[in-house]
Amino acid sequence: MKKLISLIMAVSLLTPLPVTAQDTMPPAPLAYQQLDDPAQEAEARDLMHTLRCLKCQSQSIADSDAPMAGDMRHQVRSRILAGEEPEAIRAWLVERYGDYVSYTPTVSSTTWPLFAIPVLLLAICGFVFASRMRRRS
Amino acid sequence: MIAEIGLIALWLSAALAALQLLGAVAGVRDDKSDIAALVRPAASLQALLCAIAFVALLWVFAITDLSVKLVASNSHSLKPMIFKLSGAWGNHEGSMLLWITVMAVAGGAIALLERRLPEKTMMATLGAQAFVGLGFYAFLLLSSNPFERLVETPIEGNGLNPLLQDIGLAFHPPTLYIGYVGLSVAFSFAVGALLTKQVTPEFARVMRPWVLAAWIFLTIGITAGSYWAYYELGWGGWWFWDPVENASLMPWLAATALLHSASVLAARDALRTWTIMLGVIAFSMSMLGTFLVRSGILTSVHAFAVDPERGSFILGLLILYIGGALAVFALRANTVAEGKRFALLSREGALVVNNIALSAILGIVLLGTLYPLLTEAFDVRVSVGPPYFNPVGAIFFLPMLLVMMVGPLLRWRMDSPGRIQLPVMIALGAGFATLVLVFLFADVTILPWLGLGLSIAVGIASFMPMRGRSLRRAPLSTWGMCVAHFGVAVALFGMSADSAFQQERLVAADVGDVVEVGPWTATLDAVAPVAGPNWTAMQANIRVRHGDGRDRPAKPQSRSFWSPAQETSEVALVTRWNGQLYVAVGNQAPDGRWQLRLWWKPFVTFIWYGGLLIAFGGALSLVGRLATDLRRREAVRKGNERRQDMAELHA
Repeated sequence: MKKLISLIMAVSLLTPLPVTAQDTMPPAPLAYQQLDDPAQEAEARDLMHTLRCLKCQSQSIADSDAPMAGDMRHQVRSRILAGEEPEAIRAWLVERYGDYVSYTPTVSSTTWPLFAIPVLLLAICGFVFASRMRRRS
Repeated sequence: MIAEIGLIALWLSAALAALQLLGAVAGVRDDKSDIAALVRPAASLQALLCAIAFVALLWVFAITDLSVKLVASNSHSLKPMIFKLSGAWGNHEGSMLLWITVMAVAGGAIALLERRLPEKTMMATLGAQAFVGLGFYAFLLLSSNPFERLVETPIEGNGLNPLLQDIGLAFHPPTLYIGYVGLSVAFSFAVGALLTKQVTPEFARVMRPWVLAAWIFLTIGITAGSYWAYYELGWGGWWFWDPVENASLMPWLAATALLHSASVLAARDALRTWTIMLGVIAFSMSMLGTFLVRSGILTSVHAFAVDPERGSFILGLLILYIGGALAVFALRANTVAEGKRFALLSREGALVVNNIALSAILGIVLLGTLYPLLTEAFDVRVSVGPPYFNPVGAIFFLPMLLVMMVGPLLRWRMDSPGRIQLPVMIALGAGFATLVLVFLFADVTILPWLGLGLSIAVGIASFMPMRGRSLRRAPLSTWGMCVAHFGVAVALFGMSADSAFQQERLVAADVGDVVEVGPWTATLDAVAPVAGPNWTAMQANIRVRHGDGRDRPAKPQSRSFWSPAQETSEVALVTRWNGQLYVAVGNQAPDGRWQLRLWWKPFVTFIWYGGLLIAFGGALSLVGRLATDLRRREAVRKGNERRQDMAELHA
């Protein structure tokens, strides 16, 4: 029997599924429902807006119909409900999916130019402006 | 047959572009040469032929000629006519044909109409236009032929991505492309002026209306695209800092900077090299955007087909043109003398700050867009999104707004602080009062808070240049500036108010349930199936009411298209003067309840009103400048006639 089930599963994985098949499984309860406590919901929403939907192009999980985004929303809301800190939830997601899942910029060995260059730009702007004005006056 | 006519027209235009380039090369040396006389007619004829090719493409889409590969893979006989037509550019090949058509028409227009510059400069300009055009003709004809036939005609087409089956597709791409590709004229003028050493105030005056026209369309295109994304994606977002959006924002930022620096060059003969540089950068950003969107580097609704060969082709063109222009710039920039001098507190000083800030924002957007692509090449994936762009952009944007309040009040060359004190104090006072009020009565994060205060201050300051002037006699272009600046304030107010005061409700509702969001109550009356020409949908019939007002209907749908099979969410928008109620319906839960998503978005519509005001301001300014120019030409003509008469009388 077990063999049969695994065979069916293997076959069903191989068969290309129609697009709508993703939706036949009901979404997790908190994917499309807010938390009752507005403060907790606000906390969850702020976090969800800074998490990337991994199946979409440049959308946060708070902006997406993708089933995976729904599952992640459910994760975030249920963990907030359980009293977890938003940053702890982010850390957990980053551990699972990598830095890519988080939109919130952090300085690291791979992202430092994102911060260094604007500072440099600011310095260049200041310098160009100052030197131009000194010459003028 | 029609498809072949289109293809022949395209090849002929490409040949004419080659002729135009040859003629221009000869014309730069000697503008009296025979072949140089062919340049302007070649450019105009090219515009006509490209238009014919484009109409041919529209035709094969209109009749759903499935023997044309592009139609078979992107259209469907059951689509409504408007989407058959707009579907002509809702794909890679068609959109590139639209690109080259706009470019040819822009080149034809300057060839036909523009006679104010020295002929050699015009030759160099039209040569540059032809040179850029040739690359894109090659791209279109060799790797993306829109008129390719199929050996076997399929029975039915594949259809169009349902997200694109919207009236937005009829407006957004054409307006955006007119702006995007219209900037090629700025590029060509800049190269032409550099090559012939004619970087003069007259050059800036000639270039300005062309850039302004392109910029107006670009502004409308971006505004329309933002609104389209807002109502199509179903979650109430209106700007995602998506690389594709950034690709349209970057040319806009550069063109905005260019318009301002061109006005310094035109009025005061300063910022010569800088204006040229911006002319090159603006169109380079358009080409970069095309590369990002069309190469398949990005996967999005805009990247119709992923094809590395095309990507490397566009990358090659990009390097050739941007590199070439920058090389010309490097070689020739030292021949352009530095312009006139000015004090910090002057109109020029403020415009320099504006240019620095806009360029810095452009740099940030460019960095944030390209950086993830760069690291991905090294297998490191990073996400750069709103939490990065918003604060980092604001560092430059907010100070720029402060300068924008002051700049239009200042005189050219130098001014005294005392003269502008009163109007600036009034505007700043109003802005500060707003900040205090919002701080006391609402709980708002810092950026929207600053945005609210600044938008009030800028909104008031934008009409201060009219203080003490006769409103009727003020030049139309000054009105245009005031309206455009006011538009920036209106858009900023909309963005800030939406992020600060938006209310969200996500619920699972039974028929008969009442949902409250902000000042609204919504009653779910029924959910019923409806059908369209190429889709079926579940439609929620909802009654919404603002406060104690009257009931208004909201009928969001969850649509299923069958060719290609995809689900989209059609939201219902209920608009009031002070905002929009945004209602979307999702799937049915196993317990029979329906997912409803409702947002009350105060003043969100101001974002797009603001965008339209900015474009309208640009249009006023354009009409004003053209009218002045025509009057001046008329006066010069009359003066000449009179002088001639006098001379004849004396003789």
